[in-house]
Amino acid sequence: MTGPLLRVRDLVVEFGARGKPIARAVDGVDLDIEAHEVVAVVGESGSGKTTLARTILGLERPTAGSIEFEGDPLPTTVRRLRPYRRRVQLVLQDPTGSLNPRQTVYESVAEGLRIHRMVTKSEVPENEQVAEALSRAGLRPPENFFLRYPHELSGGQRQRVVIAGALALGPEMLVADEPVSSLDASIRGEILALLLRLRKELGLTVLVITHDLGLAWNIADRIAVMYLGRLVEFGTAEQVLSEPRHPYTKALLSVVPEMHHIQPVVLTGEPPDATRIPSGCRFHPRCPALQDGRAEAAAISEACRGKPLPVIDTSEGHVAACWLPESQAR
Amino acid sequence: MSGPTSDPTAPVARQPVASYEGERTRRPLLEIEGLEVTYRTAGGEIPAVRGVDLTVNEGESVGLAGESGCGKSTLASTILRLQPSNATVQGNIRVGGKDVRTLGWRGLRALRWGEASMVFQGALHSLNPVQRVGDQIAEPILIHDSAVAGTVQSRVGELLEEVGLPTDRARAFPHQLSGGQRQRVMIAMALACRPQLIVADEPTTALDVMVQAQVLDLLTGLVDELSLGLLMITHDLSVLSSTCSRIAVMYAGRVVEEGPADEVFEHPQHPYSEALSAAFPRIGDSAARYAPAGLPGDPPDPQHLPSGCTFHPRCPVALANCSEYDPPVRLAGPHRPVACVLVGEDGRDRSAAQGS
Repeated sequence: MTGPLLRVRDLVVEFGARGKPIARAVDGVDLDIEAHEVVAVVGESGSGKTTLARTILGLERPTAGSIEFEGDPLPTTVRRLRPYRRRVQLVLQDPTGSLNPRQTVYESVAEGLRIHRMVTKSEVPENEQVAEALSRAGLRPPENFFLRYPHELSGGQRQRVVIAGALALGPEMLVADEPVSSLDASIRGEILALLLRLRKELGLTVLVITHDLGLAWNIADRIAVMYLGRLVEFGTAEQVLSEPRHPYTKALLSVVPEMHHIQPVVLTGEPPDATRIPSGCRFHPRCPALQDGRAEAAAISEACRGKPLPVIDTSEGHVAACWLPESQAR
Repeated sequence: MSGPTSDPTAPVARQPVASYEGERTRRPLLEIEGLEVTYRTAGGEIPAVRGVDLTVNEGESVGLAGESGCGKSTLASTILRLQPSNATVQGNIRVGGKDVRTLGWRGLRALRWGEASMVFQGALHSLNPVQRVGDQIAEPILIHDSAVAGTVQSRVGELLEEVGLPTDRARAFPHQLSGGQRQRVMIAMALACRPQLIVADEPTTALDVMVQAQVLDLLTGLVDELSLGLLMITHDLSVLSSTCSRIAVMYAGRVVEEGPADEVFEHPQHPYSEALSAAFPRIGDSAARYAPAGLPGDPPDPQHLPSGCTFHPRCPVALANCSEYDPPVRLAGPHRPVACVLVGEDGRDRSAAQGS
């Protein structure tokens, strides 16, 4: 196969209700994801990262731009989306909310198989497919879990059931939205290790949506930092987290509680809402570089306030969307 | 895993660790001694807290770390006597010197909000969705002193400013606020009757990193400014290490390690604290790349606690006799009580081992 597994170009997703201003949740995103790669999209709530994931899954329709999977544009009809949705599976954050409390583990995992008629298409009986998926997700011996209900399981086991449900369909890619944010600290590493193992054993591609930079450091090959609908920095995990260029990435890193050695840059306020995207650089109202005079010194403060930044080209290695010359350093 | 320390000291038995503030002796706001909480259920008795000692002094933030089911929220609920009716509580709990367990109804009402208050997680569920937040902040003030009705609005404004919200937000409904703003409202409410002690149960769990940093800054600022005592409860050891001066790590109803926050986070002695600490990687540490640190197994079911050391089934460094021997709390250094056989080589003195 040539080219990336998933190619996102100039993606725009808008939400609007009659009489209300239109919100641009995703406002021009280019992103290539190679096969067998773990990519993390990090950002605050309201950055559009979940909308980006949902659009990639075909759950939201792009307002503009394109998404290609293995070179083919995403289908637009529900019927033609079905095979795509088997190949790209979603893992949600709250395993308690995403499992039906009145369904056994077996039923939860088998449901997808039945919807996609995976049993009639294959020689393998349903219970073997369910057992295989459960043990891949680390629930062994799988038979012991068949008749259990979600309330009888621990949080970590429930998340494994959700992952098993996705694995049962033999996907090529997982989209995991905050896969460990509702789990206990000790369970978190186990689930992340499972995602890495699945990549190794099954060659899965994983897109992780998270606000947790430690998670990204743990498992991601490449990291995209998203702010108010745009990617503001992109590169390998080492580049983005060890040599961050964008003032926003630097601020995010500085407030991670375990980063004691960095002087924390606590940004005031929250990201503006997506109906009123600031002019120029969308981060400028909160940007520490503009506040402390670095932008002034570099004679770019006009540009920060008024000149829109181009969409970053993620094929160019480590890139940041910022007018500061130091952010462009190569 | 750090093995036995070079400084094995004599074992200590349920002795609350004094403040680390050195000579400055500060007034204790919360004193818990030998706390045991058992839930009576149809399925039998469930021991949730099994002998905990904990002290919070004024101007001090203490972190209580542990996973779901370790008893940390049960412990928090007993401080304001909010535990469910099927819970049996033994031991001493004193808030501002008053014995919470024997307070009458009137005294209890004065205690709640007035001397100690709580900030819960999930501010969306803790606020009334159909009442303006200003009125919700005013409510505890008016309950405590209806005579201030005339000035309550200005007090609400003060409180909102104190937590970094514009005063006009008093007229907002909870759904009009962001998650971080709602958590600020919860903190304003907790401060409403000027309590000395604040118990915060997972105050930042549902929040983003940046908003979390803002809320933590606010809490630590208030502790310094108002000389509050803060007991912060969460499973996130990294959050506690950046906010608290002291951390106690709880497992299966007991404190298994306690000490100055940095030491517990950076040099944990108990293998469980070590796992909790490693769960949050140091970004930039190449050893953590593609190596998320986890702890196999699940927290124990309080109704069927493992024999011996309750942590032994999940312990990466368990010895053969850990399934039989429940280690006493021993000092791994000054102010570092730890309950692990590997800590403090002197394992002979078991008479002092009766932690409960």
